[in-house]
Amino acid sequence: MPAFKFRGVDFIELDSLMSDDERLVRDTARRFVEENLVPIIEQCNREGRFPRELVSPMADLGFFGANLQGYGCAGMSNVEYGLVMQELERGDSGIRSFCSVQSSLVMFPIYALGSEEQKEKWLPTMAKGEKIGCFGLTEPDFGSNPSGMRTRAKKVGNEYVLNGEKMWITSGSIADVAVVWAKSEADNDRIRGFLVETNRPGFKASDVHGKWSLRASVTSGLSLQDVHIPAENVLPKSDGLKSPLMCLNQARFGIGFGAIGAAMSCYDTALQYSKLRKQFRDQPIASHQLVQEKLAWMITEITKAQLLALQVGRLKDAGKVQHQHISMAKRNNVWMALECARMARDILGGNGIADDYPVIRHMMNLESVKTYEGTHDIHALIIGENVTGISAF
Amino acid sequence: MKILVCMKQVPQKDAPLKLNEGGTWIREDVSYEVNEPDAYALEEALRQKEKHGGEVVVITAGPARAQQVLREGLAKGADRAIHLDDNAFVGMDAMNISKAFVAAIKDDKFDLIFTGLQSDDYGYAQTGVIMAELLGWPHATIIMEIQKSDGGIKVKRELESGFFQHVGMPLPAVLTIQSGINKLRYATLLGIKQAKNKPLRKVTLDEVKSSLSDNMQKVEKLYIPQKSKKTEMLEGSPAEVAKKLVEKLRNEVRVI
Ligand SMILES: Cc1cc2nc3c(=O)[nH]c(=O)nc-3n(C[C@H](O)[C@H](O)[C@H](O)COP(=O)(O)OP(=O)(O)OC[C@H]3O[C@@H](n4cnc5c(N)ncnc54)[C@H](O)[C@@H]3O)c2cc1C
Repeated sequence: MPAFKFRGVDFIELDSLMSDDERLVRDTARRFVEENLVPIIEQCNREGRFPRELVSPMADLGFFGANLQGYGCAGMSNVEYGLVMQELERGDSGIRSFCSVQSSLVMFPIYALGSEEQKEKWLPTMAKGEKIGCFGLTEPDFGSNPSGMRTRAKKVGNEYVLNGEKMWITSGSIADVAVVWAKSEADNDRIRGFLVETNRPGFKASDVHGKWSLRASVTSGLSLQDVHIPAENVLPKSDGLKSPLMCLNQARFGIGFGAIGAAMSCYDTALQYSKLRKQFRDQPIASHQLVQEKLAWMITEITKAQLLALQVGRLKDAGKVQHQHISMAKRNNVWMALECARMARDILGGNGIADDYPVIRHMMNLESVKTYEGTHDIHALIIGENVTGISAF
Repeated sequence: MKILVCMKQVPQKDAPLKLNEGGTWIREDVSYEVNEPDAYALEEALRQKEKHGGEVVVITAGPARAQQVLREGLAKGADRAIHLDDNAFVGMDAMNISKAFVAAIKDDKFDLIFTGLQSDDYGYAQTGVIMAELLGWPHATIIMEIQKSDGGIKVKRELESGFFQHVGMPLPAVLTIQSGINKLRYATLLGIKQAKNKPLRKVTLDEVKSSLSDNMQKVEKLYIPQKSKKTEMLEGSPAEVAKKLVEKLRNEVRVI
């Protein structure tokens, strides 16, 4: 069991900016994480094991596709969805990643770009957690620049034939269906999304081993060799790179909230630790100015991040959000979470590197979060392009 | 069975405690949660409804913020809610809260009223008992199990040191529920959404005022216990010191 019980972080009565229902959603997710994830996560992290046993309970609560309407989804607002992500990531970024991929990168594209048949077929079972999905955009040679991808889809009669390699794919080897992005020869090499059932001949997923980050989440490489899929498996409304980017926007939004959770966990741990740990004249280390400065920095940055995420969420709920807003939330909040993790690690001294406390795990996880879904620097370029009108990629 | 569950919003147990300036109560800007035994009372009511059918109604008294406990009750499966909505309910004693509840439900016909064993803030453990008295109904406290029987219910009460008491009683009745007797369900996201459309009746202070009396209990002063350290040197021969030490441990510190 963890050393300290999490007590929440709310410095400026932020709760008063939320509705009863938003708080209830947050508190429900918080209790779920406290009771089901926190007790097992350090062991999962040690073993590099994804706690699959939590998929069904998370589905029962309605976490998957929570901000989608109909098809067995909970129909939550975006702020409510964000708060669920925050609480999940307070537990572990890997579990939040699973939920992000299932919801924002697989269910969302089917919901937004799919045919009615595709929605009926996949969304209800994915909401129930009976089917798991993954999202294949990144390739070994194309990360920040997915437009260069080599995966191709060739139309042959009533089928598409897919060939290519995908890399760093969350949930790859446990997925029942992969949303694979490929250049479609029949569409002048435009990028389109394809639903590929993972049991089709020629589809292979092999896990990335030796990860020191997101160890409780599955990350795989996908290999597609002459994988035949029926023509109706193309996402009909997918058209060009903007389609996967639209999905990434959903997931990045969730990360903007999620990272706050990891930061809150680190801050709260450091705060409680610093009041108990005594050094010099039998005084708690919290009484030293240098330690206080770290705590003050953390609580200030967390508070700013909360306001940023909440406002971006409100814009999203009002249908007014722009991709650069989401980039700012993702970039700033993940950065500040990583800084909080490092400072908390510092405050915990030697204990900071052991998994009796959640801090080092969050810190290692956040290194991935900083890179995926558009690296920190790529988001700087997105914001930079927006304010200057000049692309610097 | 038609069951009323009284639910109170209390300051969160784990949150840092902040007292108001007068030192008479807790500041408003703390985090709140459902009083723990009330959560178990709700869970038990929902389980009874699942077994025997009927209706579960949740009621609370408190300012606007207290509505959150009703939202939670509705999201978990209660059918409707009653909110006695006024700041004045915060400082009321158990007698007046009970009178207000009884007045607010006078047109309803409940088979059972559940309260939690006690509230985590005042800790009076009185509200349920007084309501039973006002209604002229039987009551039983510290309930761990409820079973329907012919013409009534059989309940299991927790006594001291591992003893239990089994009581048969007629309906309607009031029961105060012990914490930890069942496993609390979560409010699902779908449940939270559906709760938006469930009826929530607001009752103003004016509507129940004529039933209330002056508070008979008042919190004079609230303070965080001061830790004090005291060192006392015992003098004399080793035998004398040992004798004094045993005496102090037995009579003052009371550890042996
Ligand atoms: C744990 C994990 C899970 C993942 N899950 C998925 C998934 O489910 N699906 C999926 O499709 N992908 C996934 N990814 C891949 C992820 O999105 C990519 O790693 C990310 O886009 C970065 O690509 P890259 O690793 O190839 O780095 P590169 O693109 O090679 O970047 C390396 C460095 O160069 C910098 N850089 C690149 N271009 C520029 C430029 N123009 N200007 C300035 N700096 C630049 C970057 O900022 C970065 O610092 C995952 C990654 C990880 C680590």
